Amino acid sequence: MSKDRSLSFINRCRRSRSFVVGGAMTAFLLMCAIISLFWTPGSAYDITIANRFLPSSANHWLGTDQFGRDIASMLMTGTQNSIVVAVVAVSIGLFIGVSLGLLASAKRGWTEEIIMRLSDFSFAFPAILSAIMLTAILGPGGVNSILAIGLYNIPVFARLTRGTANSIWAREFVMAARASGKGRLRITFEHILPNILSIIIVQATILFAIAILAEAALSYLGLGTQPPEPSWGRMLNEAQTLMFLDPMQAIYPGLAIAIAVFGLNLLGDGLRDILDPRLSRKR
Amino acid sequence: MSLLNVKDLSVILATNEGPARAVRNLSFRLNRGETLGIVGESGCGKSMAALALMGLLPEQSETLGEIKLDGQNLLEKSDAEMCQIRGNRLAMIFQEPMTSLNPVHTVGHQIMEPLRLHRNMSENEAKAEVLRLLDRVGIPNPKERIDNYPHQLSGGQRQRVMIAIALSCQPDILIADEPTTALDVTIQDQILELIQTLVREEGMALILISHDLGVISENTDNILVMYGGCAVEAGGTAQIFEELIHPYTQGLFAAMPKLGRARGGRLVTIPGTVPDLMGLPMGCTFTDRCPLATEVCRNTPPPIVEVKPLQFVACHHLDEARTRKTEELFS
Amino acid sequence: MSVFIAKRVLTLIVTLIGASIVIFLVMEILPGDPALVILGVDASDEAILALTKELGLDRPPMIRYWDWIAGILKGELGTSYAYKVPVWELIEGALLITIPLAIMSIIISIILALSIGLYAAANHNKAGDITLMGISQLGISIPNFWLAILLIILFAIELRWLPAGGFPGWDDGLWACLRALLLPSLALATVVGAILARITRSSVLEVFREDYVRTARAKGLSKQATLWRHVLRNALIPVLTVTGIQFSALLTGTVVVENVFHIPGLGSLVLKAINNRDTIVVENVVLLLATMIIVVNFIVDVLYAVIDPRLKAHDI
Repeated sequence: MSKDRSLSFINRCRRSRSFVVGGAMTAFLLMCAIISLFWTPGSAYDITIANRFLPSSANHWLGTDQFGRDIASMLMTGTQNSIVVAVVAVSIGLFIGVSLGLLASAKRGWTEEIIMRLSDFSFAFPAILSAIMLTAILGPGGVNSILAIGLYNIPVFARLTRGTANSIWAREFVMAARASGKGRLRITFEHILPNILSIIIVQATILFAIAILAEAALSYLGLGTQPPEPSWGRMLNEAQTLMFLDPMQAIYPGLAIAIAVFGLNLLGDGLRDILDPRLSRKR
Repeated sequence: MSLLNVKDLSVILATNEGPARAVRNLSFRLNRGETLGIVGESGCGKSMAALALMGLLPEQSETLGEIKLDGQNLLEKSDAEMCQIRGNRLAMIFQEPMTSLNPVHTVGHQIMEPLRLHRNMSENEAKAEVLRLLDRVGIPNPKERIDNYPHQLSGGQRQRVMIAIALSCQPDILIADEPTTALDVTIQDQILELIQTLVREEGMALILISHDLGVISENTDNILVMYGGCAVEAGGTAQIFEELIHPYTQGLFAAMPKLGRARGGRLVTIPGTVPDLMGLPMGCTFTDRCPLATEVCRNTPPPIVEVKPLQFVACHHLDEARTRKTEELFS
Repeated sequence: MSVFIAKRVLTLIVTLIGASIVIFLVMEILPGDPALVILGVDASDEAILALTKELGLDRPPMIRYWDWIAGILKGELGTSYAYKVPVWELIEGALLITIPLAIMSIIISIILALSIGLYAAANHNKAGDITLMGISQLGISIPNFWLAILLIILFAIELRWLPAGGFPGWDDGLWACLRALLLPSLALATVVGAILARITRSSVLEVFREDYVRTARAKGLSKQATLWRHVLRNALIPVLTVTGIQFSALLTGTVVVENVFHIPGLGSLVLKAINNRDTIVVENVVLLLATMIIVVNFIVDVLYAVIDPRLKAHDI
């Protein structure tokens, strides 16, 4: 029985083209990040003015920038940065947001009201707006952008969790569990969480993509990751001043962001098809 | 010449599992002012046949045969030509009054639409006509109701609005697809009576579709019994109720709850479930649930026999079906 | 209807007050000493004390919050520490650029969304639909500031059709200004338009399956007429929801894209203010942007009731 189910799960994964393509792109991204920890084709940090603006070659796959740094290596190392920021920011939102959502749904009444009203306010503060406030008082930096994006993610997860959890609380098997005398906490972990997990995973994938976009935007504005740490947004900022000289430098980092976001969006779509076939049919 | 002459109508729907024959070689005639009841369980193809008449089947479907209205084959008409006929000469009432009206327009606006489209009325003329129609279908306070949105009306009132829309251009044929199924029992009779009265007074022909043999028997001149996309028995209502012949018709009648039946009497059911269109046999579609079925039934479509004047039956085992009592067949 | 509006206005006011409290807490209470933030860690104690007095930071937080809000209601936002001019003067000039930019972008994205979404829905599962949805999936993934750079490279550097950046000022004529705003608004509208196009398509397809669409066809309405009179208005309801949600993305997008094109709007203003540690300007611009997001969502809420009569009935 369980073997059949896991088999059909794998089959469903294979049949979803979005999942396969998106998964492959995301895996490629992860590979780049991991490889860059040990090896890069050139140096992403060394400034050698003599090597500046080199065209692509065997040594420098995508050429060098105005300081002679290897662009391909900077892109690879930049992957780490994007992934770290996105993972931490989404985790902040995931843990705090899901906990608040579960709490609101389990307690109802005033707790729910307060949590939901608070998350109502927060839609007025998209990630970039919170980041602007935080950098204004704390100064620019990677940690602040993580915090800002993470804060923005909390109400998104809280609302989603509460909404879906409430619908699970109303189901018969939860009624049965309550009738048998199980406590709210135990029901939350035994029945509610497992049933809303798939929706949360899909949402996390999509927010992961949004986090990468937001990090790039903040770094582009100079509010996020600071030099010399390579980041895609920062590379775009530096390339923009050289648009007339070397337009290709402005192409690569943007392409990297677009591939990452596109892959994650596809993966999210694919996961939704696989984990919740009801949702995908409605689309 | 009949007003409507349907010959060998077949509807093939494209489904995920492949093509499904929802209607198979259906033929019938309808004269001006006549009423015809189509009866059968859900999924027997009666609604699909009605939608085929209107030319409103889903896009991935195929319609074969002939539907002649005053001698003109509707299946050969373009969509633009059909738009001239729909709502004008052929009108239809649907099962779900709750969802059949557009929630964002007033009922007045929705009744006005066919008037302006087919009868070229001005805004003011149409409005006066809408008030008359609302009154005609028995909605109190038409002047107030005309500006109401569908969600402000009850189910019965919404169905009356649907009838007003259908009635608006004095069509030759009114098709009512389960018009009372979604309504409260107390409202059902009122709506059926309203349809009856209007049909009689306007001289329209009526095709009444229902799963309820009782509703059909009280409201129609002729009956067509459908099963699995096929007509299994057809004829005058009076003739058929004098002697139910096809095993399916007998089962349908036996399954009808009757007033005054002894308390202890058990409700009869036809064994098996509503057929899946995909898995139906090539021959008689009722084979799998029929107590009289033999190998012939499964493989050869039964001939349509005029058993007596005005009563046609499609069954391989006519004699047996006529001699065995209903209680013996379904017990 | 009036009850419905009154309820929404009440929510609007509560949300605005909540947002202003959040901003006040983050900008003035969280850092401990705002004067230190403005002057930096190297500042002398005397300088900090002087600024604390000048800005009235020694008063209790409740009073400071109240003064801030009262000032806003009177149109006095205080004085920029970096430029020594009233904050309102700085914001006014920037607003006259950011608001037209946001409006232009939202108009372009709605035009894009409706034409692409309707075309794709009408050609459901045909080549045109699949191609357009593929392109829109790509459009969603492209960062708007990168698209902005690509547009500059193509239209300003290669083709030399449009300016690469800057803003001439409204005195130089409407045409010159619209030209300057065209590329920025295209960069902003592409992403939002792609998202809205996908919503429009699926929403139109969903409504086409409704019973009342069949009723409309049964009346004799052509497919075209059915689409315009019966499908579109119902299909717009989810599109409107997402437009409201996307407006905040669009507005924060302007902050970034203005910096790409060096357009002196709110985005450029706030970024300069951050670099100058001009927290008074940052505080007020953030409140303004948050207010715009809240007000647009309020307008969306009211529009719902106009489109969907069922909502009004719920509240009355």
